[in-house]
Amino acid sequence: MGLEQKLGDMGIVTTSLEKAVNWARSNAIWPMLFGLACCAIEMMSTQASRYDLSRFGMELMRASPRQSDLMIVAGRVSRKMAPVLRNLYDQMPDPKWVIAMGDCASCGGVFNNYAIVQGVDEIVPVDVYVAGCPPRPETLIDGIMKLQEKIKHEPLKKWQ
Amino acid sequence: MAIAEPPIRVEDSPLNQVKTEDVQLDITFEQLKRLVSPRALTGETMLLNMGPQHPSTHGVLRLLLELDGETIVSCIPDIGYLHTGIEKTAEGKTYLKVIPLTDRTDYLAPMSNNLAYCGAVEKLVGIDVPIRAQYLRVILMELTRMNSHLVWLGTHALDIGAMSVFLYCMREREMILDIYEAVSGARMMSSYIRPGGLWRDVPSHFPQLVQRVLDVFPGRLLEYEKLLKENPLWKERTVGIGKISAQDAIAWGMTGPCLRGSGVNYDVRKAQPYSCYDHFEFSVPLGSAGDVYDRYRCRMEEFHQSLKIIRQAMAKLPPGPVMTDDRKVAPPPKHEIAYSMESLIHHFKLWTEGFKAPEGEVYFAVESGKGEYGVLLSGDGSPKPRRVHFRAPSFHNLQPLGEISKGALLADIVAIIGSIDIVLGDVDR
Amino acid sequence: MGANELTQALREALGDGIADVVVFRDEVTLNVPRERVIEVLTHLRDVQQFNMLTDETCVDYYPREPRFGILYQLYSIPRNIRVRVKVMLSEYDASLPTATGLYRNANWLEREIYDLFGIRFEGHPDLRRILLPPDWQGHPLRKEVPVTVEENAFTFNRERVDAEKPYATE
Repeated sequence: MGLEQKLGDMGIVTTSLEKAVNWARSNAIWPMLFGLACCAIEMMSTQASRYDLSRFGMELMRASPRQSDLMIVAGRVSRKMAPVLRNLYDQMPDPKWVIAMGDCASCGGVFNNYAIVQGVDEIVPVDVYVAGCPPRPETLIDGIMKLQEKIKHEPLKKWQ
Repeated sequence: MAIAEPPIRVEDSPLNQVKTEDVQLDITFEQLKRLVSPRALTGETMLLNMGPQHPSTHGVLRLLLELDGETIVSCIPDIGYLHTGIEKTAEGKTYLKVIPLTDRTDYLAPMSNNLAYCGAVEKLVGIDVPIRAQYLRVILMELTRMNSHLVWLGTHALDIGAMSVFLYCMREREMILDIYEAVSGARMMSSYIRPGGLWRDVPSHFPQLVQRVLDVFPGRLLEYEKLLKENPLWKERTVGIGKISAQDAIAWGMTGPCLRGSGVNYDVRKAQPYSCYDHFEFSVPLGSAGDVYDRYRCRMEEFHQSLKIIRQAMAKLPPGPVMTDDRKVAPPPKHEIAYSMESLIHHFKLWTEGFKAPEGEVYFAVESGKGEYGVLLSGDGSPKPRRVHFRAPSFHNLQPLGEISKGALLADIVAIIGSIDIVLGDVDR
Repeated sequence: MGANELTQALREALGDGIADVVVFRDEVTLNVPRERVIEVLTHLRDVQQFNMLTDETCVDYYPREPRFGILYQLYSIPRNIRVRVKVMLSEYDASLPTATGLYRNANWLEREIYDLFGIRFEGHPDLRRILLPPDWQGHPLRKEVPVTVEENAFTFNRERVDAEKPYATE
């Protein structure tokens, strides 16, 4: 609006800074290479031959939390693992997002017992919950695309 | 020039300055100090933490490594980061409802776990399984073994640095997962095997799906072998690494390819055949050196043997029912529920209340991809088990890691962990 | 598979070390008093060739007393037979000698039993928690610990359960 109408088609696109930043952020998410249980195997399938997550701009799994901005909590989180998980989350630089993959990470799943944290949202704030036990790779891809949508509408001021 | 050993003064060690009064631990500081060598307390050797978040520990294994330069002096595995309390949850469920929990112990071989548990229940209650169900179980068990070995090969190779093998293995694995999905409706957590038989008969296109696996696999296995078997880099990283002798392997309770890689001929399928395994001809591959390479060779050979068993079972697959007609444990067929009130009530009772098992203990073991997967089941006469204990092969295979890796280089520990093929869900349960 | 010969031979060699033999579904269980367990296991390993400790675990027979049963599942590779050794322990004196000197994999198995049931193994080289965090209180696989920890949320109590649940913030 405005500039394009005055000048015509000159190969210039105007947008707000917020949109540009969010567009860049959402299409180059670096997930952390962090698997816990069964869902981690489906996460591996998602990246591997048939499903190929790199079609969505996130093939770069980083083993270090310092280099990643998406934590996919793939599997059940035990009480022993919970402090480690929070530590990893704290080590991730802003902006950062969390996907709770699978029923166990979302709410404890079938394991309503002493050893399992009843939903990883008790430890870290979760952006997207992906249902399934374990979720199919398509479901995880859908969850990640939902997250991309969410990032595109985030205010820039959220991460300061 | 000989350098005199520096006097070790444990009191001066920085580790001793840690205040432990304010933490209520179930362990004394003295106990912890005994785990490492005295040289670690003076700072002569280095203590290094590896895991639980590490790409090549296959999950959430944590290792405390004591290093002298690059050589491992001692390695203390710390497990339990995936302790799920499955055995406790199983105590609160009826016999039938425990099956989905068994899927989630060793999540790379769900069918093997189903069979081990259902076999134990069948033994405890005293149920006979129809022959068609037994043959189908064998086919699915062998597919499961291949599934488990494919993930092992892919991740093991990836850890050592051969990335393409991982992508190939995951490609082939999808074919097996397609079969899982066709028979049970789920890609990974099948819960397909039930006490008394199978949930339902296999769909009509099952033979085509299996035939596809049988046709494609031999060529693909050749491909993997071409990439790895004579590859000098692969051999450099695996031959002579992580040796364990036959006596030690038995004393540590290792089973599966880890035991057979050391040359001990023990396979539950041959020793105590279950589910009609004695109807098929196959051989048990054995290694000799007990190193990483021999374990790799054993598993690669097992692929061929699995294909051989599946081929025989598909050729001889008998017709008939796949569920026992003992209505104590088997639900009435769906078409009967539609017109018979008693069947409907029976179905409802079976699903809510469950069937009762007698008092007593049984142990039933199967040969899963990783070794002897056993279930120790204790019934108390009620519809719920008193105790379910899973004899997890990975738990026993992981235990000697500290000893196997002693004197190895730091980089070798990744190869050793890969070769003993652990699944942390199985270790911690 | 020679269960009778085995028990006969054991009775001759060990006398009242074998208190009772139970055969259930073709599986032999030897009930052994606590004082004799190491002797029985040594005999089984060295004379009867039971060279592999397949499994060792504990069963809580609450409300019976003695309450805990320690089960040793042994396997003999040369003879291809299994046998189970069972030791009953009272709740008030839940300790028994360790088998780590006989079977090396008993180390972690006994640590697991200690962790989950609170049974002490005397002479164990490294008896500390293995599966649960070191600061854990209690032994969760005992029967007095409830199976579930969280109330199931249905339509009528969903809001209350949700309000009681802790949620993390940034």
